Amino acid sequence: MGALVSFFAVVVLVAIVFVGVEAANLRYLFGVIIPYAALITFIAGFIYRIVIWARSPVPFRITTTCGQQKSHPWIKNDILDNPHSTIGVIGRMLLEVLLFRSLFRNTRLELRNGPKLAYEWEKWLWLAGLVFHWSFLVILVRHLRFFTEPVPVLIQALEGLDAFFQIGLPALYLSDAVILAAVTYLFLRRVLIPEIRYISLAADYFPLFLIFGLVLSGVLMRYFVRVDVVAIKELAMGLVAFRPSVPEGINVLFYIHLFLVSVLFAYFPFSKLMHLGGVFLSPTRNLANNNRMERHTNPWNYPVKVHTYEEYEDEFRDKMKAAGLPLEKE
Amino acid sequence: MYDGGKIVVGLVVFIGVVTFPLWYRQASGEALRAPEPKIVTDAKECVAPTDYMRASHQAMLNEWRDLVVRDGMRVYVAFNGQEHEMSLSNTCMKCHPNKVEFCDQCHNYIGVVPYCWDCHIEPKESN
Repeated sequence: MGALVSFFAVVVLVAIVFVGVEAANLRYLFGVIIPYAALITFIAGFIYRIVIWARSPVPFRITTTCGQQKSHPWIKNDILDNPHSTIGVIGRMLLEVLLFRSLFRNTRLELRNGPKLAYEWEKWLWLAGLVFHWSFLVILVRHLRFFTEPVPVLIQALEGLDAFFQIGLPALYLSDAVILAAVTYLFLRRVLIPEIRYISLAADYFPLFLIFGLVLSGVLMRYFVRVDVVAIKELAMGLVAFRPSVPEGINVLFYIHLFLVSVLFAYFPFSKLMHLGGVFLSPTRNLANNNRMERHTNPWNYPVKVHTYEEYEDEFRDKMKAAGLPLEKE
Repeated sequence: MYDGGKIVVGLVVFIGVVTFPLWYRQASGEALRAPEPKIVTDAKECVAPTDYMRASHQAMLNEWRDLVVRDGMRVYVAFNGQEHEMSLSNTCMKCHPNKVEFCDQCHNYIGVVPYCWDCHIEPKESN
């Protein structure tokens, strides 16, 4: 159900651009206004979400650890999996953000005859996820050649590396092939594994279809229906320089590509994709496990009204004295 | 905000990265320019219509190379029935000998580094 809704949502998005550009000739709307609006929504929404998260207090170090805690000097502690210092936390965060270390620990739970519970080796999700994110990053950085003039050497070098095998002309980008395979796997996984299909929502399928549509339109433009790249760069540079213009003769496929990426950017802050920012705010990853070394006070603790014994004695000294009770101070 | 300092720094860095093209453009400061490949030949037509050549010349060159090098075919029959030798140096460069003013214009603009000149000798230009 969620999958069908998401699929048709993306189909409708593509149809909107197609009709908008081919029939209504709204090239300025799809080429200039929507991309600007999407970028503003992305930045404002991103800040808004992060600020909301930043306002939640984290009163206590949440210690989900996968290694020996720092204690006595003769017990070997695990600096990366149970960090007690900032350096260890940075290491753990780097591993998490760059290599998805916690996903690497993923196992598959299986109930076998017996009945017997088994935890199976399962690295495919980690592999597909890692490969997907990295190829997406490479693709994103590669696209900067349309937004910079002159094109920085590093971006050209990355592009050369991506097209390393020089298969065909325009040369096949490895990231294009890899991301298509990874997205297909991530989608099939949701559809084919019953447990995962059960917990999958439209919010899970929609980004997958959106990204698939995005990649597909890009692949079509590069390898099959070649488009006027120079005109496209003129449009992109106009946007970047805040002097937008829409050159003639750009294929509708480009507007579909641009619209889908605009939708992705605008949708980003309001979706699960915000894990881009959220991963840095995960309390189980970014806090050192030093609960036993340092005192952490709850930030929302209000001053508690106390009445000490000394004050009590001051208040009732006369009466206590009269009753013959022993006093700390005479 | 809790840990506000770190989070604000993180956000500022993130927005800096996201808006990289905008401030890179401002920093480079040059006027917007569109590439103007200069055509120096008197010939009226290329081996294919202009629109096709503009978008797909690289695919055609790739095809030509395969046909010549692997199949030994050297003659290309153009859309208008004319016959051409499939050769970068002898056919293409005959009309477009000005690599810097023709090829490089668009290639540099969009950051493409064609590997034609890995094997072919770059034309010497007298300017």
